Amino acid sequence: MTSSDSLETTSRPGLRRVAIDPLTRVEGHGKVTLLLDEEGHVQQARLHIVEFRGFEVFIQGRPYWEVPVTVQRLCGICPVSHHLAASKAMDRIVGVDELTPTAEKIRRLMHYGQILQSHALHFFHLSSPDLLFGFDSEAARRNIVGVAATYPDLARRGVLLRRFGQEVIRITAGKRIHGTGSIPGGVNRSVTDAERGELRAQVGQAVDWSREAVQLVRRLFEQNLEMYRDFATFPANGLQLVREDGALDLYHGGLRARGSGGGTIFDHVDYSTYWEQVFEEVKPWSYMKFPYLRLIGPEEGWYRVGPLTRVTGCDFIPSPLAEAERRDFLAFDGGSAARATLGFHWARMIEMLHAAEVIAGLLDDPDISGGDLVRQGERRGRGVGVLEAPRGTLIHHYRVDEQGMVVRANLIVSTTHNNEAMNRAVREVARRYLDGRQLTEGLLNHVEVAIRAFDPCLSCATHALGQMPLSVELLDADGSRLDQLVRD
Amino acid sequence: MRAPVVVIAVGNPSRGDDAIGPELAERLEREALPGVDVIVDYQLQIEHSLELEGRTLAVFVDASVSAPPPCSVDVVRPERDASHSTHSLSPAALLEIYVRCTGRQPPPARVLAVRGERFELGEPLSPAARVHLEAAWAQLRDLAAGPARD
Repeated sequence: MTSSDSLETTSRPGLRRVAIDPLTRVEGHGKVTLLLDEEGHVQQARLHIVEFRGFEVFIQGRPYWEVPVTVQRLCGICPVSHHLAASKAMDRIVGVDELTPTAEKIRRLMHYGQILQSHALHFFHLSSPDLLFGFDSEAARRNIVGVAATYPDLARRGVLLRRFGQEVIRITAGKRIHGTGSIPGGVNRSVTDAERGELRAQVGQAVDWSREAVQLVRRLFEQNLEMYRDFATFPANGLQLVREDGALDLYHGGLRARGSGGGTIFDHVDYSTYWEQVFEEVKPWSYMKFPYLRLIGPEEGWYRVGPLTRVTGCDFIPSPLAEAERRDFLAFDGGSAARATLGFHWARMIEMLHAAEVIAGLLDDPDISGGDLVRQGERRGRGVGVLEAPRGTLIHHYRVDEQGMVVRANLIVSTTHNNEAMNRAVREVARRYLDGRQLTEGLLNHVEVAIRAFDPCLSCATHALGQMPLSVELLDADGSRLDQLVRD
Repeated sequence: MRAPVVVIAVGNPSRGDDAIGPELAERLEREALPGVDVIVDYQLQIEHSLELEGRTLAVFVDASVSAPPPCSVDVVRPERDASHSTHSLSPAALLEIYVRCTGRQPPPARVLAVRGERFELGEPLSPAARVHLEAAWAQLRDLAAGPARD
């Protein structure tokens, strides 16, 4: 959609609808408010991601078998993650606890294709301009076009890695978007020999380029260690899925939570009762919920999800090249990169390498061409599906009536999990870079860089339209606005 | 040999008038015009630059809240713009990426922007958008059939 105007919604004061330029796509917007105390110090920093709770209404009343396809409409950035999380939940609804080997591997191939293409987009498109040109560099240069102009090979690799991941999705899901490959109880297609050959011809390059991307982030840390180590960094609890043996597994596993010091809070918890571990708190100033770990409580139980949590929280990565990089990452500078918010970028590239290795392994597996695609069981009324989406843990929870219609749905997306952590990152940046009572372009840049490390999927979390990625408001002690900067 | 014309339509079919792009693309696909490839996606992304290779014309189709109703057709050229910090690209930025990655000029390109009004999740096309869509359909058929002239 296209625009330049903005609207105030009449039904929900304060919820701003911003029109978008041609092809800056459906997306929400974020607003940061910084509240100063009487001495002019930052007392409070809040990231407002405007959320419209439209997910559940959109899904309720639909037949369960349609849901894995329908939910892809929720988000144009990670539709495959919703497709697969819903499929996992609907497996339970149709009474299937274990898929056929072919179905399990086809879904994994699809999922790791999604991880690879999403991480490639994030790094080469969204983050590399900040990292390669510097947070304070000219805004007009800090974009993918700037990267393409200065580092054309790097930009080309980003484009081709992204394309490769999407080819994996196309082949496993049937279509590149609005795929139908995953269904309750299994999949409806397997991989032909021709398709396998097509992907095999490209996967070696994907592994090599992913490996080099990991090294690129490492060099960036080496070149500016202090800043990378300290930027928006703070201790955090973490939540993720892990395999039974503690390995990184982005498709399936049990829930693991670790404290900021590395101690285990819980481990290998069956996600089908996730609500016994995670509570979604509502705060009056935000449309987005704030989940916390019940065992720790609302004050200290907030947590972080996503690549940094996963790579540092797993016991090992079950692919050799990525595991070697994980060990290097954890050991770097006494572990400082693994604690740093900008370590998200390094961890993300390690996961991209792992995804490429997993895809290579699956392409050598005869099961992906098998014919046993679907299982059936005894119908149940409730299903929960959880996986590790590119940005973090994704929970789909449905109740279905006897006629097969969805009567209740609850989705927790990674941006919601990371809500408090992103707020803390913004607060750290504000404390360090806010200069007196005036907002500067530099502060705005730094706030953006901090938020971008988490890669919030605003279209997923907000369902609102807007081209404005961010505005920052500075408020004095009694709440009056002193200054505002808008990125449009 | 690639079709000389590529039509890249973007939008989410389940977000009210954002479905304008996909609906127009579906009509065009049904026509099966020789020499025309149709691509549909939620938004423009970097990999769509690969779809420009070997074309004589690229047509971008999207819903708009600022285009004069019912629709507008504009020439678009490679250009850096501010769309980089979202999850998507503008057509101009996409053309610029093509230039930077290939060292070649992209094909001539047009943007068909169709006026939309409502974009809520789960909503159908608004009555106004349906009218605009019909006008845009005629424009799109002409664009897809004719050679580009800058």
